Amino acid sequence: MSASTAAPPADETTGRRSWLSGPAGRNVGLVVALALICVAGVITGGERFADIDNVVTILRAAAVTGVVAIGMTFVIISGGIDLSVGSVLGLTGVWATTVATQTMAEDIHWLVMVFTALAVGLAAGLVNGVIIAYGRVVPFIATLAMLASARGLAEMISDRQTQRVDVAGFTDFFDLDPLGVPMLIWIFALVAVAGWFLLNRTTFGRRTVAVGGNAEAARLAGIKVKRHTLYIYGLAGLAAGIGGVMMLGRTTAGTSTNGVLLELDVIAAVVVGGTLLAGGRGTIVGTVFGVLIFNTLTNIFVLNNMSTSAQSVAKGVIIVAAVLLQQRFANRSRST
Amino acid sequence: MVDEDPQDAPAQELEPTSGDAAGTTSRSPLLRMEGIVKHFPGAKALDGVDLDVLPGEVHCLLGQNGAGKSTLIKVLSGAHQPTAGRILVDDTEVSIPHPVAALGLGVATVYQELDVVDGLTVAENIYLGHELASGGFTQRREAARRTREILRRLGHPEISPHREVGQLPAAGKQIVSMARALSHDARVIVMDEPSAVLDSGEVDNLFRVVRELTTQGVAIVYISHRMEEIRAIGDRITVLKDGRTVGRNLPAHTPTRELITLMTGRTVEYAFPQRPGVAGDAPVVLDVQGLSLAGAFEDVSLQVRAGEVVGLAGLVGSGRSEILETIYGARKQTAGTVAVSDKRLRPGSVPAAVAAGVGLCPEERKSQGLVLDEAVYRNITLSTFARTARGGWLDERTERREAREQAEALDLRPRDVDRAIRTLSGGNQQKAVLARWLVHGCDVLLLDEPTRGVDVGARSELYALVRALADAGTAVLVVSSEIPEVLGLADRVHVVSDGRVVHQAPAQDIDEHGVLDLVMEGSAA
Repeated sequence: MSASTAAPPADETTGRRSWLSGPAGRNVGLVVALALICVAGVITGGERFADIDNVVTILRAAAVTGVVAIGMTFVIISGGIDLSVGSVLGLTGVWATTVATQTMAEDIHWLVMVFTALAVGLAAGLVNGVIIAYGRVVPFIATLAMLASARGLAEMISDRQTQRVDVAGFTDFFDLDPLGVPMLIWIFALVAVAGWFLLNRTTFGRRTVAVGGNAEAARLAGIKVKRHTLYIYGLAGLAAGIGGVMMLGRTTAGTSTNGVLLELDVIAAVVVGGTLLAGGRGTIVGTVFGVLIFNTLTNIFVLNNMSTSAQSVAKGVIIVAAVLLQQRFANRSRST
Repeated sequence: MVDEDPQDAPAQELEPTSGDAAGTTSRSPLLRMEGIVKHFPGAKALDGVDLDVLPGEVHCLLGQNGAGKSTLIKVLSGAHQPTAGRILVDDTEVSIPHPVAALGLGVATVYQELDVVDGLTVAENIYLGHELASGGFTQRREAARRTREILRRLGHPEISPHREVGQLPAAGKQIVSMARALSHDARVIVMDEPSAVLDSGEVDNLFRVVRELTTQGVAIVYISHRMEEIRAIGDRITVLKDGRTVGRNLPAHTPTRELITLMTGRTVEYAFPQRPGVAGDAPVVLDVQGLSLAGAFEDVSLQVRAGEVVGLAGLVGSGRSEILETIYGARKQTAGTVAVSDKRLRPGSVPAAVAAGVGLCPEERKSQGLVLDEAVYRNITLSTFARTARGGWLDERTERREAREQAEALDLRPRDVDRAIRTLSGGNQQKAVLARWLVHGCDVLLLDEPTRGVDVGARSELYALVRALADAGTAVLVVSSEIPEVLGLADRVHVVSDGRVVHQAPAQDIDEHGVLDLVMEGSAA
């Protein structure tokens, strides 16, 4: 507040510092972190890690989490949280693989399955949004309720049975690999690019940042904050729906246990990617890196036959380290 | 009289002389403040304040907004350190480096925004921070017993120590706040506009409590603007103006005229632009009829013509800000209408008001006006980016250009519109909020405390800007706690007191004296 009338000559130094502590700088930190993990992978896994097939494996494994994390990025930038994405993902998969839906898809087009899943995800997200924006329930509680009930609904619909995907067009589509890259990775890339444009180039993105940065100021500037909040949770539900479809494509089965605890991986990836839980700041690129960091790490642990328990410990350490580093950066950029 | 030495004289912290009976009848001052000076970066909040408080008296502190009352209280309660001056308790010089030290000296403050924890019980609130405990376990029974004792002393034995404070009305919370002061064996209790949160029946009760305390030898420093309260319980009055004591230990029956004369005639360090005079046939742009908001204000009617600046003068809590926010749609009126250029606005809808060409520069710039981490240009275009966008796609080039144009026109410093707005000074942040509405193109501009937190130099600039906007045909409605500001800036003034417009006049027909007389005596009704 006081440094405002500072003389222009100081600009050059502050400019450089603000570049490092700005969004680009934080992403540089993520690149370095991912590179270090890859180096560790090469050292411990050698050929097996550096192999192209292994890279594809990592990306394929990251795709579902990644897509859901893009939606979550918007929610967290807006100052909210969505704990229900894992359950909603499970619900969409189960709903899309019911006998009725599959029969309809066989008769009409396999896209019927896809749209069913997307519609269910969107609807669940909008329910979250209505409860949060118009019912004024805090996001944590509203989506915690959805976490429980969507999972329960999925169990009721599937009767806890695994429902196999029999629609040939659907499974064929997910077996495609244009340019040698599996469909799942294409979808992840597409969603990430779309998310980037949505956040950085559209009024939707600008409103999201404004609402997360200062909801009252946004409201007094004439932005319809409640309606926008509704849309954001709808978007997160839609992303979970896309994730649900991808999960079906990958496993060719819908079960009510799809996506259990997925929300934790998703939130961790977004936060490690530099999005502030308090809202107002975050990037899509950061989220993508966050997802890749966790999945590359998992891959290295698997290649070295290490226990999943050790993985979990490593994840925890990474989350804390990443957030501590970000706070350092954030403080420095504020003090300039 | 003012201690010129910028560094305090070596003052030792003093243990409270708690053995001293509170009910001492000696009339030597219990508390004395001498030549208190407090500098803030760019401003001198206190410039030589003297205050002495006798045991068992109600000492009223009077002064306009910005006269330094709040700063003085903060110095006394240890929240601020004085730049110079001495504080004596029982004739011994003390320093009050932090709030706990103030309590240790027997000085407690009951703030206007009551600082109680809603989720805790009455007893827990009273002993918050100095819990009665042995071996790490709180002694609930003993705390409840002592709480009952204190509440009895305050004349409120009906409040249960185990009651959750959140369930108490404002008056009850105030009692809890006072009880906390007494739990620290406070001998001086500072009360900052205690009647502001109370209705008239509760005020009588408050007076009873105050009298009860003073007979026990406790001194009360009582801040209020309401003359009838000062007459009812005050013993002596100290008047502050521009951070100085201008009236010392006056008797409570000093005529209002005399007190107001002391409070007014503030040195105005900034220039107001010329008023060109509004043509009587200029069209009415903003037309407010019978606007009411339950619990805040009632039956407010006013009109602002194109090119006119209308001011709302009144004290904090008189309902001024609520009037602006309701006109703007940020609150939904319980009765009445707002029309802009003969078109009625949808009640309670900010987007409708903005679409009709109404802009608001809110009172709390940082929490209500700005997205602090965002770039300057994005703050400037916060109301217009959707309009500039094509089919939902942002046009940041146009946004930057528009922001730069306004930055140029308003002389925003620094000009770099890509900086985070957090890094700008208060005056420049305010200009950015103004710029937002200039980009938007407003017919009606609502300004709530436009110069709060703005330094003296930038003020004149802002005044000139507001006048220039009016000259260009904008209807401006401005609220300020600083009466000279309203009088200097506005063409017409409405005086607001207790949620009602009690008077309106052309600005040149009324002076600071008259306005204060209206708000201080007018609230007696």
